[in-house]
Amino acid sequence: MADFGFSISKTRSINLSKSDLSKYEHLLELVPSFKRCISCGGCTASCSARQFTDFNIRKTHCYFRRGQYDKLEQELQKCMLCGKCTLVCPRGVNLRSLIINMRQILTNTNEIIG
Amino acid sequence: MENFSPFVLPFVLGSIALLIICLYKYIRWIRQFDRLQKKALLKNIISIKFLPAIWEMFSECLLHLRITKKNWRLGYMHRSIAFGWFLLILVGAFESRIGTKSDFHYWVAIFYRYFHQTPPETHTAWVLTQIMDLLLLYVLSGITLALFKKIHSRILGMKRATKHTLMDRAIRVSLWGIFPLRLLSESASACLYHNGGFLTQTIGDLFSPHVAEVLEMPFWTLYSIVLCIFFVLLPFTRYMHIFTEVFLIYFRKVGLREHTKLTGFSKFELSSCSRCGMCIDACPLYKDLGITDVQSVYLLRNLRNLEHHKDIIAAGKNCLMCHRCAEDCPVNIDLMNLRRISRDKGELDLTDNYKYLNKVKSFNAIGRVAYFGGCMSHLTPSITESMQTIFKTVGQHYWFMDEDKSICCGRPLLQQGFNNQAADLRRKNTDLIINSGAQMLITSCPICYTSFKKEYKLSIPVLHHTEYIDMLIKKGKLKVKKGDLKVTYHDPCELGRGCGIYNEPRNVLKAVSTLLKTEHEKENSLCCGLNLGNTVISLEQQSTIRNTALDNLMAPHPDVIATACPMCKKAFKHSTDVNVKDIAEIVAENIEKK
Repeated sequence: MADFGFSISKTRSINLSKSDLSKYEHLLELVPSFKRCISCGGCTASCSARQFTDFNIRKTHCYFRRGQYDKLEQELQKCMLCGKCTLVCPRGVNLRSLIINMRQILTNTNEIIG
Repeated sequence: MENFSPFVLPFVLGSIALLIICLYKYIRWIRQFDRLQKKALLKNIISIKFLPAIWEMFSECLLHLRITKKNWRLGYMHRSIAFGWFLLILVGAFESRIGTKSDFHYWVAIFYRYFHQTPPETHTAWVLTQIMDLLLLYVLSGITLALFKKIHSRILGMKRATKHTLMDRAIRVSLWGIFPLRLLSESASACLYHNGGFLTQTIGDLFSPHVAEVLEMPFWTLYSIVLCIFFVLLPFTRYMHIFTEVFLIYFRKVGLREHTKLTGFSKFELSSCSRCGMCIDACPLYKDLGITDVQSVYLLRNLRNLEHHKDIIAAGKNCLMCHRCAEDCPVNIDLMNLRRISRDKGELDLTDNYKYLNKVKSFNAIGRVAYFGGCMSHLTPSITESMQTIFKTVGQHYWFMDEDKSICCGRPLLQQGFNNQAADLRRKNTDLIINSGAQMLITSCPICYTSFKKEYKLSIPVLHHTEYIDMLIKKGKLKVKKGDLKVTYHDPCELGRGCGIYNEPRNVLKAVSTLLKTEHEKENSLCCGLNLGNTVISLEQQSTIRNTALDNLMAPHPDVIATACPMCKKAFKHSTDVNVKDIAEIVAENIEKK
């Protein structure tokens, strides 16, 4: 079959009442501006890392929002934290802070002093 | 024993304790230097660099010239206490040495008026007595100012003074007590033995001899006890800066620098902070947003004691990294680096995250200059387009490194404490640049510029585009016409305070337009609020900071606001009716056609 570079997503359903949203709620406390996100995808469109890989920051934080945390940390490691996403976001979401905090929550790490 | 009285004991014990604790701390910190710092120290331990260090120790630890330059009232206060006390000790030692016939002990110098119970016999002794009184008066004038500062800091030109801990307040009270008690003790002795100078004798004559006889011993005892309290508390409080700054100045002169982790050298820096609070008044987060608990003084205090971990992390994150406080710091502590250290991401900071960049190949750019727009310039394409127009006009072949795919320079990661990840990006970019054979690197973004200039070890010159354009105009390669445009210039934090590039952008602007002065410029310029250093403040708070900067730029009613940073341009662009342009754009519009 010809490869068009995209395919049809498989149908799937997620039962949000069954997923554990505690990490997401914690994230909202740390980055309240994330509540404003409308998933427009501006962040992904401007992403520097996206130009080299299939890293998709919109997809990643959408998964996080649904409580699907699998392999998200590996995805987020691709981010270079350049901040273009933060600058283009039409809703003023602090994406750099969001990315750092998502990574810290997922790996359960914190700043190290001394 | 001659020349001894039990009241000197607190002083003697206190001073011995002070010596032992300080030596213990300093030796421990020197042992904690990292490999590079030890190497630099061993290499330069005896070198000519010691001479400028001695001058700096004198001018900063005693005369406080840097503070005086910023605020002369504060400068006078610090100088009178530090330099006055130093001279009191020096002249006192000399006076007591030549005046004591038998059994000289070092405490005799401190309590000389008590042990030397005769009026000055020689002219020299008389002059020395008067000098000692003059010096005491000098110190007391500083103490008086310090009291005023405590009551109302604005009298001394400080909007907000530091909120001190209990220990710091306690030792401050003891410092304030030392000199009035010295005055009273010496006056009481002067009343009895007529050995005072113009000040102590005059006050002494006010006492009746009976009162003086009763009060003399309590005064001297109290004086000794207060000295003891001051000495014992000193190593654990902010007054540790008195001795530590001397070492810090020497270490800096022999080439020791902060690294990415807390080392022994950081301990010296942290203890050199006198918590004067000048960083608070300078901070835009305080000036515009009223945030008062994140400034360098508090971060350093908590880092020094490594306590209140949550506070360190919270305060560490909430900073624009605009370098404004570092500019005002009278001790020149590397505040930005200490803040980066407090942001160390630990286990999160991995290596080999960016393997996907391996496939990016270098370009053969021999005979060309490399142009690095920077991530942010991709969101302000007018800047990169203008730069390309300029390259083409002067016939300069160039390689637009990040024309369609941009690798970040690594500085945003570094600022957030991802040292390893930032190093990975630096390695990749260095490979690309060196392998290309380009002769020069020009960048449009001050963040990238700082990174390439300070953190990369490139063998080719690195220029910000304003430097490059200034060079072209000076060499006559680029002919520009001077329009009737009136502009104000916004100094980007990273370019100005970060790298000291103030004149080149101004030269360029003067060549193409009329440059208007603003109230806050050069070192005092205001941050646009979008600095990548901060990940905590909200969009609304950023806008407040931006508006202050914008008001400053709009005040002289310019036709165009010029800046040299894509971030600053973005910050201002949509918040004002006045046109906001990068210097490159203004130049590209004013190129003289042949």
